[in-house]
Amino acid sequence: MITLSNVLVLAALLFCISVAGIFLNRKNILIILMCIELMLLSVNMNFIAFSYFLGDINGQIFVFFILTVAAAESAIGLAILVVLFRNRNTINVDDLKSMEG
Amino acid sequence: MISKAEILILMPEIFILTLACLILIVDTFSQDPLRRVTYYLSQLTLVLTAVLVIGFSPEQTVYAFGNSFISDGMSVVLKTGVFVISFFAFLYSHEYLKEHGWLKGEYFVLGLFAILGMMILISAYSLLTVYLGLELLSLSLYAMIAMHRESTTASEAAMKFFVLGAIASGMLLYGMSMIYGVTGSLELGTIATNIESNGDNPLLVFGLVFIMVGIAFKLGAVPFHMWIPDVYQGSPTCVTLFIASAPKLAAFAMAMRLLVDGLQPLLNDWQGMLIILSILSMATGNIIAISQTNIKRMLAYSTIAHVGFLLLGLLSGTPSGYAGSMFYIITYALMSMGAFGMIILLGRKGFEADELAHFKGLSERSPWFAFIMLILMFSMAGVPPFLGFWGKWFVLKEVVDAGFVWLAATAVFFSIIGAYYYIRVIKFMYFDKADSMTAIKASKQMRFALSVNGLALLILGLMPGALLAICVSVLSIAA
Repeated sequence: MITLSNVLVLAALLFCISVAGIFLNRKNILIILMCIELMLLSVNMNFIAFSYFLGDINGQIFVFFILTVAAAESAIGLAILVVLFRNRNTINVDDLKSMEG
Repeated sequence: MISKAEILILMPEIFILTLACLILIVDTFSQDPLRRVTYYLSQLTLVLTAVLVIGFSPEQTVYAFGNSFISDGMSVVLKTGVFVISFFAFLYSHEYLKEHGWLKGEYFVLGLFAILGMMILISAYSLLTVYLGLELLSLSLYAMIAMHRESTTASEAAMKFFVLGAIASGMLLYGMSMIYGVTGSLELGTIATNIESNGDNPLLVFGLVFIMVGIAFKLGAVPFHMWIPDVYQGSPTCVTLFIASAPKLAAFAMAMRLLVDGLQPLLNDWQGMLIILSILSMATGNIIAISQTNIKRMLAYSTIAHVGFLLLGLLSGTPSGYAGSMFYIITYALMSMGAFGMIILLGRKGFEADELAHFKGLSERSPWFAFIMLILMFSMAGVPPFLGFWGKWFVLKEVVDAGFVWLAATAVFFSIIGAYYYIRVIKFMYFDKADSMTAIKASKQMRFALSVNGLALLILGLMPGALLAICVSVLSIAA
């Protein structure tokens, strides 16, 4: 039998993996975009688990909105990535430091 | 079932959405390189929506769509503020885009969508509407920064803003899911009553920490401020001006809705967090700003310092403290808009006046605009009788009343440090020789609007009572 805490722990693990992925990765911006997606999906798991165990439909509706917004967000993220690559010819995270201070 | 009355409550939002879509279509057919139709229609939309907001302002607080949308005194005042500020921001931006030769209609359309996002955020009364408003605002802003496609700094700034913004909304959502799990509701009012009746739960504070990260990021409080300097410096000045003014009102509203409307029973927990954020922001902002040579970056650090001050009012936890904060954020938006407007005024094609050195000898080149900049800088530093002084005064008074005398003393100490870099700009303008005596080239509207902007700080500063009375009255009803 899967309990609420099982799902919450799984979601927390996914969340931690995504945060670690963002901060440890110094190579490629695409990986950061994937980590952001993973972060939102872990939140979705949280919402669905709570919604199921509370017997309340609102959480599942929230998940649909998060999925939609996440799609829009990655569309804009990839568009910015294309602009950046055209200007710089690189998508290396370490190269993004033209502004200091 | 959605009633007609509920639709009427949302009338301003529906109106601005329709018009924004319409302007997007009109702009596609426009041949005019100056995009006059798009620009005038956008400004007209702002004016009409402001009229609708004030015209439909409810006698008392009303809710719509299953309590996920609220219209109260605070929302009317903040929305009106957003329209006034965006009107000026569009005017300055049109001037800038025209001069620098990449005028595109999308700027205004994206701006209108961002304003719609701010309106939803200001009126949000459930976790879902907070999130949707926030994302609509942020996504429009990411696109606005990246609009200048040839600029390497702009695309870098857009990428940084996007990545950090997405992490922040992820954190915010994680916190929201925890709060939802404990209280079983998305609606802020129900959340507050549920927390009150069911007592403390460690998961609530866990969720609150994540929500606080999201709020601190949106406001730009240390240690979640990393995006502000790079985004302010890297974006085209017109976009910086837009980001630095109206969205601050929306971020304040978001903090108010989530912390005060939704999580008021956890006041003791978030008060401590806000104290830490506030002290760190004031210290970091004011000290690092001193070493800047780029004025956009300097103003970015000054924003961080101002946010520290803003949080002082929020953390006092009383309606009059919230009113002080609201007064402060409106004041700040006016000042920051003027300061970035000044940078636009001094720039011309192929030249951005974004170094501090470009302000040298401004009093010889243009005594009038040197005077306006003097008002702006004195106001930001908090010198009486300008408006910025009253903002600081009301906030500090509330902090002392709430019993944090040591915190008020710290704030005053850091704002004295901060006065140094504002007054340095004035020294450059009045006591240094200009590098070049190029005449200022700007249209009549631009000169007029910037003068109104600057003088408003002086005139409102001489009689701050009316604005404060509005802030106090709307918030005492709400609380």
